[in-house]
Amino acid sequence: MNQFSRWKNTLILLIVVFAVFYALPNFFGEAPAVQIMSIKSGEKMDPIIASQSEKILEENNIPYNGVVLTENYIKIKLTNNEDQLTSKGLLEDKLGPNFVVALNLLPNSPKWLESIGGQPMYLGLDLRGGVHFLMQVDLSNIEAKESSGRINEIRTLLRENKIRYDQISVEDGSILVQLTNENDLKKSKSLLLQDDSSFEFSKRINLGGSIGKEKIKEITDNGTFVLAIEGSQANKEEMTKFAIKQNLETLNNRINELGVAEPIIQQQGENRIVVQLPGVQDTAKAKDIIGRTALLEMRLVDDEASPADIDQAIDGNIPFGRDLFYDRNQNPLLLKKDVILTGENINNAGPGVDNQTGQSIVSLNLDSKGANIFKKITRDNVGKRIAILLIEKDITEIITAPVIKSEIGGGRVQITGMKNAQEATDVSLLLRAGSLAAPMEIIEERTVGPSMGKENIQRGIQSTFWGFIAVIVLISIYYMLFGLFSSIALSINLVLLVALLSTIQATLTLPGLAAMALTVGMAIDSNVLINERIRDEIRNGNTPQASIHLGYEKAWGTILDSNITTLIAGIALFMFGTGPIKGFAVVHVLGILTSMFSAILVSRALVNFFYGSKRKIDKLNIGEIYKVNN
Amino acid sequence: MEIFRVKNDIPFLKYRKIAAFISILTFVMAFFFLFQKGLNYGVDFTGGTIIEISYEEKANVDEIREQLTQINLNEIQVQNFGTDKDVLIRMPLNEDITIAELSELVNQELTKLNNPFEIKRVESVGGQVGEELFENGALAILFVCLGIILYLSLRFEWRFALAAVVANMHDVIIILGFFAFFQWEFNLTVLAAVLAVLGYSVNESVVVFDRVRENFKKMRRSSVIDVMNNAITRTMSRTIMTHLSTQTVVISMLIFGGEILHNFSLALTIGILFGIYSSIMVGCPMALWLGTNHSNLAGSTPQKKEEMESTP
Repeated sequence: MNQFSRWKNTLILLIVVFAVFYALPNFFGEAPAVQIMSIKSGEKMDPIIASQSEKILEENNIPYNGVVLTENYIKIKLTNNEDQLTSKGLLEDKLGPNFVVALNLLPNSPKWLESIGGQPMYLGLDLRGGVHFLMQVDLSNIEAKESSGRINEIRTLLRENKIRYDQISVEDGSILVQLTNENDLKKSKSLLLQDDSSFEFSKRINLGGSIGKEKIKEITDNGTFVLAIEGSQANKEEMTKFAIKQNLETLNNRINELGVAEPIIQQQGENRIVVQLPGVQDTAKAKDIIGRTALLEMRLVDDEASPADIDQAIDGNIPFGRDLFYDRNQNPLLLKKDVILTGENINNAGPGVDNQTGQSIVSLNLDSKGANIFKKITRDNVGKRIAILLIEKDITEIITAPVIKSEIGGGRVQITGMKNAQEATDVSLLLRAGSLAAPMEIIEERTVGPSMGKENIQRGIQSTFWGFIAVIVLISIYYMLFGLFSSIALSINLVLLVALLSTIQATLTLPGLAAMALTVGMAIDSNVLINERIRDEIRNGNTPQASIHLGYEKAWGTILDSNITTLIAGIALFMFGTGPIKGFAVVHVLGILTSMFSAILVSRALVNFFYGSKRKIDKLNIGEIYKVNN
Repeated sequence: MEIFRVKNDIPFLKYRKIAAFISILTFVMAFFFLFQKGLNYGVDFTGGTIIEISYEEKANVDEIREQLTQINLNEIQVQNFGTDKDVLIRMPLNEDITIAELSELVNQELTKLNNPFEIKRVESVGGQVGEELFENGALAILFVCLGIILYLSLRFEWRFALAAVVANMHDVIIILGFFAFFQWEFNLTVLAAVLAVLGYSVNESVVVFDRVRENFKKMRRSSVIDVMNNAITRTMSRTIMTHLSTQTVVISMLIFGGEILHNFSLALTIGILFGIYSSIMVGCPMALWLGTNHSNLAGSTPQKKEEMESTP
């Protein structure tokens, strides 16, 4: 009666063997590696780059232990840390500015383990060191930004059609256009309602927005003629979605340029973004690059403005359709309100040096639309000045305002006026990576230094290990041979848990390691229940074989009940928990599941193996059993 | 080896009035400290910043404190943490300085002191995030309680479910009471421990109730009190062994787990110790008081259980 069928034994054995294999990669440690990515995040890597990189390493006599090529990056495993740094420098030099080389670690497990898909557990930031940022995207400005974009378009449209207007303003999200007479009112309305393609209302965020008739209202009382254009709710939602998407993309690009090997950039909830940068030490630099909302604008300088006009503007009398800004030397300039180009029209940007002056510059490559506009503007405005503005954190600064000497075609533009090479590099990074659609604020920061990460791993492992040893000793003394069976089941439980965590690549954190230790203490509960039941049955006068059978049978219901209630708590932790709680919950829940397998099936298989085939057993080796009066 | 050589059932329920008195007293005391002293919430819940710094040599806390006055912020706490080389800096939320700026400012000021250090850990939480973490924690506790009541109601019956949850909350309130009394820091990790205790200590009640149900069928002539006394006595050995092994691991965590897991282990320890008491002296008396008897349970064993039992 105490025999498992052959398939059941085989299945248990198979699962255990698999678990051992998939838990193994955790014991080989990690090797230093370099990771090569394209500077444009998400761009596919050409396999040629991999062979090129291999050649570079070979030429410089740097040994390497294998190349991993995936869609977006190449990883090369090296033998020591010194080589890692040398290779990084070498590859950066030789591969050129279109690639980023980051330091990384790769599992050091043998090839055959990797070929069956064995990977070590994925360590969380508290175990490997790095920064975690939670950022709140401020969407309040997005509407204003959108409106101002629209106002510009409306202004251009009216001007092109020679319609005079008094004023355009924004009120409660609606744009109010004040016209001079009813005729103009009707005309502008029909113009606004024309085919969308000729009127790119939502150009700024590429929505292809459409305005329904009901969205434009005419207000004509007391001799005023006003058109009110409302922003729709659906539009607002779209804008929000788009803004988050653009921010994510921009963050991806910027972080890519920081050279972080395995960043995590994810949306959380409606308007939050989580950024995790493993291994990053320089938090100040990371924060700076992540948080910058630099936006580039090109506008024409109002060269007809007299010094008197400028003085008046400084006093607050800014002429209509003009803006007052200062350049780097605090010289005031009046600029036209119309924005010719923004950073969106930039395909590429890179730092450089002007051959003639030796000054640091940024060279821009405009997209075809930008190139066309730029060509047209430079042709029409030869002899006038064009200002290039950098807008950052609500501070607008004129970087440079050169005179247009001739028509510039082909979309190649150079910005002079950079303070130094570092600034040229930073500005090009920001222009290349794009700007944020909405500003963000860091609302949670968690940084763990590299030594702390190592300490935490040690702490977690030590807690689990010594807890495990103590439990085994305790249980073996108390239940003798059955305690040993339970201990073996418990070890297999740990192996299963590690294998499962490795396979699903769940993030392991310090609380996760605590959960692992706790699993050791709690998983033994099932075995205690079983062993106590077996003792009970012997007390009740059953034969040893029958006691084993009944003990397992009767304990099962209790084990199920108690594990399900623990599972309920675990799932709640997972659902409502963030950060450390979630890390705890994952391991806790998985530990409960694996413990049910090991405590019930594995220990039973062991008991069956030892006692099952014996015809007659005098006594079970389960420790001394005291008889009771019942 | 067998520790519990009990020949006759221990009349636990005879002492149920004393137990009720003790329970109510501890409960009231826990509540009293919770209200009078309140919990010492960590930055996870209040918002604010903690920075843990490790110096190569002995850290001069006064000097650090003095230097940090350069940052225009009230209530900066600087204290040794673990060893005399490690320092923990606590800063409250501030409207003028953002989270991102604050940690960099501290870094800048401390660099001026010319004593080489390493930032081991920064935890900065905005006010809003803190509030949300708090709300989520409360929701999790509520969810666990409802989930357990629902499951136990289905598997046993509502009296047991309610009794188990009361026994459970008893443990949780006492953990919170301890944290309030000693003003130990209550952070997210401790909350995880509290929730783990919720799931863990309900185990106890389940194991005892399982036995009670079984006994109701077996001991048809015995009184409810005898049935329960027998169930508790017969599961005592298991209760102690399980708790002992869990506590062993928790002690290992207390020794090796470092500062971060320290309060986590403390919460578990209290939960485990009071879990033993509450499963014996709170769960069953509560079920008795709610009017559990043979007729409630004898017939309510789900059919499914019989099938499941034959599978292993």
